[in-house]
Amino acid sequence: MTIEEVQQEIIADFSVYEDWMDKYTYLIELGNELKPIDDAFKNDQNLIRGCQSRVWLQQKMEGDHLIFEAESDALIVKGLVALLLKVFSDRTPQEILDADPQFIDTIGLRQHLSPTRSNGLMAMVKQIKLYALAYKQISSQKK
Amino acid sequence: MGFNFQDIRKDFPILDQQVNKHPWVYFDNAATAQRPKVVLEKIREFSVITNANIHRGTHDHAIRTTEAYENARDIVKDFLHAEAREEIIFTHGTTESINLVARSFCEKFLTAGDEIIVTEMEHHANIVPWQMACERHQAMLKVLPFSDKGELRMELLETLITNRTKIIAVAHVSNTLGTVNPIEEIIRIAHTHHIPVLIDGAQSVPHIAIDVQKLDCDFYAFSGHKIYGPTGIGVLYGKRALLDTMPPFLGGGEMIEQVTFEKTTYNELPHKFEAGTPHYVGAIALGTAIQYIQSIGLDKIANYEHHLLNHATKQMKALGDLHIFGESPSKTGVICFKLDQIHPFDLGTLLDQLGIAVRTGRLCADPVMDHYHVTAMTRASFAFYNSEEEIDLFIKALQRIRSMF
Repeated sequence: MTIEEVQQEIIADFSVYEDWMDKYTYLIELGNELKPIDDAFKNDQNLIRGCQSRVWLQQKMEGDHLIFEAESDALIVKGLVALLLKVFSDRTPQEILDADPQFIDTIGLRQHLSPTRSNGLMAMVKQIKLYALAYKQISSQKK
Repeated sequence: MGFNFQDIRKDFPILDQQVNKHPWVYFDNAATAQRPKVVLEKIREFSVITNANIHRGTHDHAIRTTEAYENARDIVKDFLHAEAREEIIFTHGTTESINLVARSFCEKFLTAGDEIIVTEMEHHANIVPWQMACERHQAMLKVLPFSDKGELRMELLETLITNRTKIIAVAHVSNTLGTVNPIEEIIRIAHTHHIPVLIDGAQSVPHIAIDVQKLDCDFYAFSGHKIYGPTGIGVLYGKRALLDTMPPFLGGGEMIEQVTFEKTTYNELPHKFEAGTPHYVGAIALGTAIQYIQSIGLDKIANYEHHLLNHATKQMKALGDLHIFGESPSKTGVICFKLDQIHPFDLGTLLDQLGIAVRTGRLCADPVMDHYHVTAMTRASFAFYNSEEEIDLFIKALQRIRSMF
């Protein structure tokens, strides 16, 4: 599936829920299902600090794909992290750089990507893009 | 006017709205309060009907605006029961007031090896300016800790005081724990050692009657926007004898007597500390806000808020598996809590979906978070325009939210 197709699938999944509290229940479920990252990776280096919640982001390159693992101490954020990983993880750096997580806007959770310093989500997307850029530059230097 | 709840609600029309399709319940008053109609009208009056810069003109509007501004100073002076109007400095808020003292007092009185005492429960505004002063003057910052119950470890105060202690800075009311600190006792002890005391009154003035002469505090700071006035205006009260010896904080117009390039002389109090054009509309509106709550009666307000706090505390404890941070018997205004294992961000987000506004995060009090080994808290804070019914809605919301986890 392309990134765009994954986003459309997420939007479709959410449209089932009309009531706001149901959307959040679903998000919390997703958060609960997210595979926790190794405690060894929950270090300061991987921490994207936010005033309201903490997000840890771990990355590695496998072949020409960038794999991300992430976690948060807040469940709603964890659910959003799970969705962002569905979209961004296991992709080439170029796919990541070209992608825009507008699905969050479409499902109506825009406030969670706001640029206030209140949560790590915006910073996480930025960090993902930075990793993609770095890996893209490394691989083009190798050529 | 007296205390009539229905009338009071009508004075705050902003409260009558929906958020996320629910009636708005505003429980973030410790962050900022709402403004009554009279305050909004006063702001409008000094934008639409009367406006000119103050202290600078001899024309009609300048005279009227200046009079209104200086009248507001008198209102604040009487509100705090200060002795002289020269002891009331208008600033931009509590943070600026504390920075003024940390800068100006320390410039005069702090030398290398000296000490400043703050407490573990302070808001960053009453920590960072002192840290900066200590860095500038190679002085040391000492911290009076608090107990898990949320009360200052008063028995340790005298052990922290030495002959190098130059000032003690403490909150009247904690913005996280709600504890009303025994500042009379702290001031008494400090003064036996000839140490001045600054009180951070940001969270106290909306709830507690203040008499700076009775307290005998050396400095008292508060913000307009927490006492139903506008943002951008605040007050520093300082004892005249101290303020007179302190050098100016900000330099510019108004705070001078005469300027030449060889030497500039400074104005007398209070203008020495009011450089530039002040937020005179804010000061005038703050005066109106103070008169408004005086017309209701601060004692009636305090009684009612106490009742709300008790009602909320009781209902919250009845929910079970709900921990309240700060359980001093002497509390006001705020409840910081944890429900089950729910992260404050999640709780705040879901309460918002149900129209309820609370504060979540580190509440500008990192040391308090560290004391309890938490990364964040949820805080509900009440004002006299909140109701028992709103608290009941809040409790129902908490019950509904806990079932989602």
